[in-house]
Amino acid sequence: MKRNIILILIGLCLAFWPMGGYQEGIVILMCINCIAAMGVSILTGFTGIFTLGHAAYMALGAYTTAILTVRYGVHWFPAIIAGGLMAVLLAWLIGVPTLKLTGDYYAIASIGLGEAIRLILENWQSFTRGARGFPGIDPYTTRSTAVVIFVFLMIITFNFLQSRLGRELKASRDDATAASLMGFNTPRTRMKALVISAFFCGIAGSLLGGYMSFIQPSMFDMMKSTELTAVVVFGGLGSMSGTILGSAAITLIMEYFRDISQYRMLIYGLLLVIIMVFRPEGLLGSNEVWDLWGFLKKWRRKKNA
Amino acid sequence: MLELSHVNMKFGGVNALSDMTFHVPERSLTGIIGPNGAGKTTIFNIISGVYTPTSGNIYFQGSDITPLRAYQIIRLGIARTFQNLRLFTRSSVLENVMTAAQNRYISSFREEIFSGSVTQTHSPDPSCWYNFWESCFHLGRWGKTERKLRETSLELLDRVGLADRADQAAGTLPYGMQRRLEIARALALSPKLLMLDEPAAGMNPEEVFELNDLITGIHRDFNLTILVIEHHMDLIMKICPHIICLNFGAKLAEGSGEEIQNNPEVLTAYLGSDEEGE
Repeated sequence: MKRNIILILIGLCLAFWPMGGYQEGIVILMCINCIAAMGVSILTGFTGIFTLGHAAYMALGAYTTAILTVRYGVHWFPAIIAGGLMAVLLAWLIGVPTLKLTGDYYAIASIGLGEAIRLILENWQSFTRGARGFPGIDPYTTRSTAVVIFVFLMIITFNFLQSRLGRELKASRDDATAASLMGFNTPRTRMKALVISAFFCGIAGSLLGGYMSFIQPSMFDMMKSTELTAVVVFGGLGSMSGTILGSAAITLIMEYFRDISQYRMLIYGLLLVIIMVFRPEGLLGSNEVWDLWGFLKKWRRKKNA
Repeated sequence: MLELSHVNMKFGGVNALSDMTFHVPERSLTGIIGPNGAGKTTIFNIISGVYTPTSGNIYFQGSDITPLRAYQIIRLGIARTFQNLRLFTRSSVLENVMTAAQNRYISSFREEIFSGSVTQTHSPDPSCWYNFWESCFHLGRWGKTERKLRETSLELLDRVGLADRADQAAGTLPYGMQRRLEIARALALSPKLLMLDEPAAGMNPEEVFELNDLITGIHRDFNLTILVIEHHMDLIMKICPHIICLNFGAKLAEGSGEEIQNNPEVLTAYLGSDEEGE
């Protein structure tokens, strides 16, 4: 409860603190990246399934929302939800054949999925306008919209990780055989995780479309997928707050170096290498921010004693 | 309660189990012994549904469980521990037990009105269950259920002497404690049949002595049928009134501890026969 209040307060600050247009843009981008990273973290960090194709779900969400709002005049809010649900549908279709097996099958399939979705969007000219991109999306992603959706999803995520479902995901991550011998239908557990994570990425994609008001297939390429997974590893596998902090930090750092944009990927790579060398378990390891509070207390008590 | 009838298990060309037939009566404490590679753990894997036997049937409380998958068999009330520990190492000790406790199932008998046949159905225990939306918003049954899960889990941890370690990550516990945590986690499923796979492996004599009391204690208090695989002969001889001895995937002998100890075939299997030695 205390945590939720703090999160809502942070959200209110982000949403209503007066700031310039440029800063607003950064906050929106941060929210979008964090939502997508949370989605990947649920799958990769908490269920232990690596993915290299989550940009596909973002693309699907973005295009669904864009087409619904522009062509069919649907209000943006139900269109965003529809974007998320389309991603869920795709995830389910992909999950049925790949998640029955443990191991890296999903990772391999997800690479194919990511490329396939991008190519379909590029070549289905009549429907998606292909590689020219899809312009004229109503800029519905304002700062407050993005922040409210982000905080809402964040609270939900933290909540369900501390419940039956969270324990189920972690159990199948740590030892799938033991989990099934504790009564979990592990292929179904993995499917639940994939579906939820696809929903998050779909929403993130929809918001991205509304922020840019222009989307094109090359925004959702392999590079984007890798970035999503890299951020989760950077923040710590099995740490949701680590993922969020890591994603926010990387967004800020990347913005900071916008002036020397030709070297941006160099800096990004360097950052990842530094983290992996000095803290291979990621920023927070598998702890959450509030765990650190407990460690600090213990450490102080030890020091005093 | 549990019955194996003519079970065969082949891995490639190897007969891990051949024509295995035995019966475990209700409320019994049965031990399974045998040299390495005799097929003891394979029996557990077959009963718990990790493997499906090549041929033969397994009956639990009168119903055939051979085709069921692992998670379905667990829901009928069979829990087990593992020879090579399989804890959820990154979760806390308490969370490990809660993970199992949330999966309690209640079996009830339903009589079909027309055919008159009785079928057994299994549904989640409503007192440890809540739905997805309640987990998302921490509303409704969430608070009450989580509190209850926590309490029952702490009671079990207290029983195996790990209550003061509840917040520690399970992977950081010493070996003997991890073994006891596995027992607590299996008990959290409130099983009818508990299968312990070498619970004393890697324990020192003192710990084995404590384990002795623990196993006989839970057998008495939890209304359980227990099946134990063990290498420590003294442990098995002391606690199990009924022992099954295996060798090369086949049943060698069955009976009380004394009968097993005096059975010439068992002695041959364990010590080797005189003729072979010469």
